[in-house]
Amino acid sequence: MTKKLTLQLDELTCPSCLTKIETAVKNQPGVETVKVLFNAGKVKAQFDDSQIAADQLTRVVSDLGYEVKSSKVTEA
Amino acid sequence: MKVQRWIQAHTTPITWVVAVLIAGGYLSKWLQAPRLYAGLLALASVLAVVPIAMHAWQALRVRVVSIELLVTIAVIGAFVIGEYNESAIVTFLFLFGNLLEQKTLAKTRSSIRSLTEMAPTTADRLRADGTTETIDVDDLVTGDVVVVRPGAALPVDGTVADGDGYVDEAAITGESRPVHKTVGASVYAGAMLSNGFLHVQATKVGDDTTFAKIVELVEEAQDTKSHAEKFIDRFAQYYTPAVLVIALLVGLVTRDLRLAITVLVLGCPGALVIGAPVSNVAGIGNGAKHGILVKGGAVMDDFAKIDTFVFDKTGTLTQGRPAVTALTTFSGDEDEVLAQVAKLESLSDHPLGQAIIQAAEQRGLQYAALPLAASEVIKGEGVTGTIAGHRICAGNAKLLARHGVALTAAQQTALTTLQQRGASSVLVAIDGALVQLIGIADQLRPEVPAALVALKKAGALHLVMLTGDNRATATTVANQLGIDEVHAELLPADKVAYVKKMQAAGRHVAFVGDGINDSPSLATADIGIAMGSGTDVAIETSDVVLVQANFQALVHAYQLAKKTVRNTRENVVIAIAVVVFLLIGLIAGFIYMASGMFVHEASILVVIFNAMRLIDFGGRQKNQKLDASA
Repeated sequence: MTKKLTLQLDELTCPSCLTKIETAVKNQPGVETVKVLFNAGKVKAQFDDSQIAADQLTRVVSDLGYEVKSSKVTEA
Repeated sequence: MKVQRWIQAHTTPITWVVAVLIAGGYLSKWLQAPRLYAGLLALASVLAVVPIAMHAWQALRVRVVSIELLVTIAVIGAFVIGEYNESAIVTFLFLFGNLLEQKTLAKTRSSIRSLTEMAPTTADRLRADGTTETIDVDDLVTGDVVVVRPGAALPVDGTVADGDGYVDEAAITGESRPVHKTVGASVYAGAMLSNGFLHVQATKVGDDTTFAKIVELVEEAQDTKSHAEKFIDRFAQYYTPAVLVIALLVGLVTRDLRLAITVLVLGCPGALVIGAPVSNVAGIGNGAKHGILVKGGAVMDDFAKIDTFVFDKTGTLTQGRPAVTALTTFSGDEDEVLAQVAKLESLSDHPLGQAIIQAAEQRGLQYAALPLAASEVIKGEGVTGTIAGHRICAGNAKLLARHGVALTAAQQTALTTLQQRGASSVLVAIDGALVQLIGIADQLRPEVPAALVALKKAGALHLVMLTGDNRATATTVANQLGIDEVHAELLPADKVAYVKKMQAAGRHVAFVGDGINDSPSLATADIGIAMGSGTDVAIETSDVVLVQANFQALVHAYQLAKKTVRNTRENVVIAIAVVVFLLIGLIAGFIYMASGMFVHEASILVVIFNAMRLIDFGGRQKNQKLDASA
């Protein structure tokens, strides 16, 4: 099943953070689309939950050094 | 990974420690302790370069040559040649600049943030036994009834099930004015209950509410890049590595490491990268605060170029519902006759009849209790009946002719004048004689004439009206407004054809419609502006959504677009001027690493401050418009 994950991060300031997060999340198995909203500080990703769990994706982002303030999974 | 996160979270204190170390270093220099001076500054450099190098490495792993990489290499270079003071100051300025950037950027984003914070996170749900439970808004489902208390924001879209109160819908419409809501009224999530007490039955919850849609739209819009931004992004992608290569060449050719690392620092494209996006973020945020949703930087660009505004008439220039605009009474008491007509019309559901009933109600006439007998509705003609022994007919000329009512010359003239003005007419006869003439027309929005003048002043060259209505009505409306071009009796497809024709003639066309029946034109125009509806269709097909049907918002949006684009240009010019200045400074020999970094960071703040001027553009909106929900 395709799910949609929305992460709310802290303020993002460097434009290169965007590429960083986007690439890192995209490289995970089962991730279909990733969009980082620079100004809103949000990461939106569509993923196949049979291949990867939402928690794993959240960890990918927090391991890059960005605090994940809240996360939400909805049906795509 | 843990270390990385810790450093990221503690960059601010690290920056301050570095500042203290540098201050200590210069103090020891003043105290004639050169060893301590060098030691402290070296320590400061090492400490400060860690977070920068970390970012550089992370970016490099995803194949991005970042500004941080340039700075890291430069600092290591400076360290190697023993320029500890330069390396310390450069890294400190970079960190400190980022810190200020973060604070000021947060300001430019504050409009949307204050918007999102209006949505409550919990709701009080009414249980079957009449008690309430506090639950997370995400757990609400449609059909739930929530209790809203004064001072709280509504958690859902819905209808008032019980109670009444004054609701401030500024978050959705941009208009801060309490609207009285009673049982059955529609209310929106994000609106504030200023006083009263409401039970609201949810029709939309969570991400489906109008408010959530608006927030999502604005968030996406702020990240939708303008043409300038896209260009700069592509430019920066090659520019930054190019600086690295140039510095390397300079180093190899001149064998001067100091010069090479200075080039690295001076080459950072700081203000250029941040300048354009920050203007758009501030501009889009300003719009959101005024009930104007602009879908991204590219839309801002195109909107600013618009020279032709094409308006749909019904529901856009006019209020979209007929109202009594003229009332001529030939004999009898005006209100008495109108009340009788209203009673008669209460039998029919014809729009003209509804307008008459509304007029009677507005005058406070008690018509409902009038004794009506032998009434009859004649399709396509009107209504007849007997009230208090008098035979009364209300309808068109055909109806009156059939009842043998003849018009005097003066009455005929009055009727013709009315029709020439584009109004529909209802003739009223009592006992075979014409007593009243009622003119009904779709009224212009009161603020339109002034707004159109303002649009022209702001740079619009052609104002065009397209309508499906008849020519007489259309011409009357256009003349009242000073519209340049009118085309009447059009089908939706004809409107699209006109828009295309104007585009082919080299005009930049914006189409303004209500977003319900003119989606094809909205989609065809360079900029589609949907007015007065937050419906999904309108949001989908248009480029700009004016949440409330109000022409002042249109004028504000147009001025804002022009202002935002000018602001972006200013920022790009500032950024380029800084780079040129630094280059000249380098050649002339008055700019080195630390001063170069200082100029860079200062220029970044200058462009952010420049963009911040957009946040308060236009001030708070005046509250003199129509109620959007009416």
